[in-house]
Amino acid sequence: MTPPNHRMGVVMLCHAALDRAAQLARHWAMHGCPVVIHVDAKTPQDQFDGLQTALHDLPDIRFSPRSPCEWGSFGIVQATLDACAVMLAEFPQVTHVFLASGSCLPIRPVGALQAQLANHPDTDFIESVTTADVGWTVGGLNEERFTLRFPFSWKRQRRLFDGYVTLQRALRFRRRMPEGLVPHLGSQWWCLTRPTLQAILSHPDRPGIDRYFRRVWIPDESYFQSLVRQVSSRIESRSLTLSKFDYQGRPHVFYDDHLHLLRQTDAFVARKIWPQADLLYRTFLTPDGDRALASEPSPGKINRLFAKAVERRVKGRPGLYMQSRFPIRARGGTQSAAPYGVFSGFSDLFRDFHPWLERALDARVHGHLFAFDRVEFAGGESIFKGGLSDSPTLRDYNPRSFLTNLIWNTRGETQCFQFGPTDEQDIAPFIASDPNATIFAITGAFAVPLWRSGRTAAEVRPAAARLQKVESDFLAELTGPEAKARVRFWSLTEFIENPAEPLEQLVDLLNPRAAHRATDLPQLLPLSGFGSFLQDLRNQGMAPVLMGDFPSDAELAQPEQPFARPRIVR
Amino acid sequence: MGLISLVRLRTRRKYLLARAWRRGRQLTPVADRMAGLSARPILLFSTMRNERVRLPYFLTYYRRLGIDHFLIVDNGSDDGTREYLAEQPDVSVWTTQHSYKRSRFGMDWLMHLLRSHGDGRWCLTVDVDEFLVYPFCETRPLRALTDWLDSAETPSFSAMMLDMYPKGAMHEQPYREGQNPFEIAQYFDSGNYVLSRNATYRNIWIQGGPRARLFFSDRPKHAPAMNKTPLVKWHRSYAYVSSTHMMLPRTLNLTYDDQGGEKPSGVLLHAKFLDTFAAKAAEELARGQHYAQSEEYRAYREGIARERDLWCNWSEKYVN
Repeated sequence: MTPPNHRMGVVMLCHAALDRAAQLARHWAMHGCPVVIHVDAKTPQDQFDGLQTALHDLPDIRFSPRSPCEWGSFGIVQATLDACAVMLAEFPQVTHVFLASGSCLPIRPVGALQAQLANHPDTDFIESVTTADVGWTVGGLNEERFTLRFPFSWKRQRRLFDGYVTLQRALRFRRRMPEGLVPHLGSQWWCLTRPTLQAILSHPDRPGIDRYFRRVWIPDESYFQSLVRQVSSRIESRSLTLSKFDYQGRPHVFYDDHLHLLRQTDAFVARKIWPQADLLYRTFLTPDGDRALASEPSPGKINRLFAKAVERRVKGRPGLYMQSRFPIRARGGTQSAAPYGVFSGFSDLFRDFHPWLERALDARVHGHLFAFDRVEFAGGESIFKGGLSDSPTLRDYNPRSFLTNLIWNTRGETQCFQFGPTDEQDIAPFIASDPNATIFAITGAFAVPLWRSGRTAAEVRPAAARLQKVESDFLAELTGPEAKARVRFWSLTEFIENPAEPLEQLVDLLNPRAAHRATDLPQLLPLSGFGSFLQDLRNQGMAPVLMGDFPSDAELAQPEQPFARPRIVR
Repeated sequence: MGLISLVRLRTRRKYLLARAWRRGRQLTPVADRMAGLSARPILLFSTMRNERVRLPYFLTYYRRLGIDHFLIVDNGSDDGTREYLAEQPDVSVWTTQHSYKRSRFGMDWLMHLLRSHGDGRWCLTVDVDEFLVYPFCETRPLRALTDWLDSAETPSFSAMMLDMYPKGAMHEQPYREGQNPFEIAQYFDSGNYVLSRNATYRNIWIQGGPRARLFFSDRPKHAPAMNKTPLVKWHRSYAYVSSTHMMLPRTLNLTYDDQGGEKPSGVLLHAKFLDTFAAKAAEELARGQHYAQSEEYRAYREGIARERDLWCNWSEKYVN
């Protein structure tokens, strides 16, 4: 067993669930550790009496004077100091004092902890980091914990607390620190040697130091952590207690389903344990400790798990909208889950654009998702992934939910769809401000189907004018100040001069990992006669501008392609 | 938000509280077992009518989750519901023959009970066909959740309602008493919910699912709301405004993170679409006691006549 000249005592700070505290104190005591228990003065007296009764058969248990312990206040430090004084005075054989709480569960055998201390007889295990290097504090208060005064309770008097901090900042107030004190921060839970603790308790300037720390914020994370730097001969800056914090600085609680995880830690004690986690208490509070401990601890796994939980809570999953995540615009409120492509005008110019795009991008290619009469899902499905309906009424009721749902439901597969001035335009502002959208537009292409409809320029003039207006509004949206989408557009004239280059560009943008360049290109419709159609429109009094300066038939470099008759391309 | 709106919301809350007090007098106690409750009990509140066949599983489910006591308003059942409830050791029952509709669909009665028995306690308000699931509910009882909410000083927990349905027509797989309804209604719509934020009450308003897809595709505005806040650490000044969809004071509706993060939330699995549904729809339609002139039920009756199978190719199977 442990050599008699190395003995560990446990100081336990308790405030609730005293039945568990009794169980823990008994466990420590059964393994030869004297225990001094401090119970918060606010805990009802009958509970305290119950605890005393439950432990009365154990000789090496003491209770230190009860004082109030409010979170973030000096009370916790005072309670610790008092209990440590009792420990050192009553148990002269104790060489190390381990600070624990009523919800700190030893997860490795107590013998292993004692052996660790016996191997490092002069080492103080206490996390102690200078304020400049701390990354974990919440609320932006690092150094200010020491330079401002905190007379108000953060929990009960939040407004006063915040107001007083603001006031002191405004007045550029700075406290003077006790001489020789270098502020350090660290976990509240430590294990110190008798000489170190003795030196702190009998520090020549104790009254001054205590007075100073009474107005420091959360002194239980800095009092011992700072003083130990003055008195200790050997510090190992880590806590033997596993304690994880959430993004608001509250300790994570361990439940029964964490059993497997706790077995992988290299820490000796874990906090906080949910008082009703029966399985954990039953497993770890056996006389020899838990037998199924991992032989090769992997604490990294725990760190990753909890880091992930914090990230999920703080950043969330972009593009997911639900009852517990609904970000404002500035924090991703106009963002979908994954990149997608929007194509305007292409299917008006190419007869086989859809199949080509599918081949080139390895993506799901939809038709006009926002068509007036029907949602044109890929493959003409009437219900798509996630239960999205092809009803235009449902879609138009909340188009952005429709689109973000579609993108969320198909994570892992790039989505593309056609969008043009003939479609329902309510979604346009969202697309324009979605950083995941990539929009390729051939401006003025809307006139091609009009021309191919075989109707005269006089007949289609109103429609052409309306479509041109709608398309310029859309373009204005895309180039507006709120726009975040990636946008490439070409006028019809630019595009037909060299269709291959834009097509290659869009493949590069949407499928950068494409193994080879798309060798085949979709077939461009013959446009001879379109120039005179535009001229007819002009003659009818419209100004078709979005197409660019479209060449007359004689100048059209496009080789004549034989078509029996115009066909509608879908 | 101006002062006038704040005053208006406060007036609304006071009105709802007064209303609840007045309708509370319509309740006659049948069995009151509130004495001798443990400290910090978790309570469940529900109004029901003729739900005898569903009760055994409902009670079992929530007992296993860790509900300490059930407070139930029976609205004139004649199928043995009241008698069955009165026999249960952990159920207190009140009964009334008064109008469900004029009690704001039972909410006035429940708010009266919440106010008299729920103050300072965690209260779960659900219908008999709603089953709460929350993160880690397979391994952690409800108490773990409420303890956690307490430590985070969060007074309300949201759970979106999720319509569950069987594959095939509803009458093909009859529901047996005591059976887990989700052995039959295994499927749900996973990704067709539309969200918007209510500027006045600041809650997230959700619609969608199979009901919107099939019964309300031509008038989506009327599709039922799916957002709910069923679990609340009650205070006597709180009020449910419309079913459990939104609350006053409206800070209770802020169960979402608007800075991009995700707060924890649950789901109310909705076991409405079983073989019992057709009969229920006919009965409720005749009584005309449901929301918006039973428009929802009328839509179902018409919709169901057309298309009884809610299942589609993209329906997701609920695993757990």
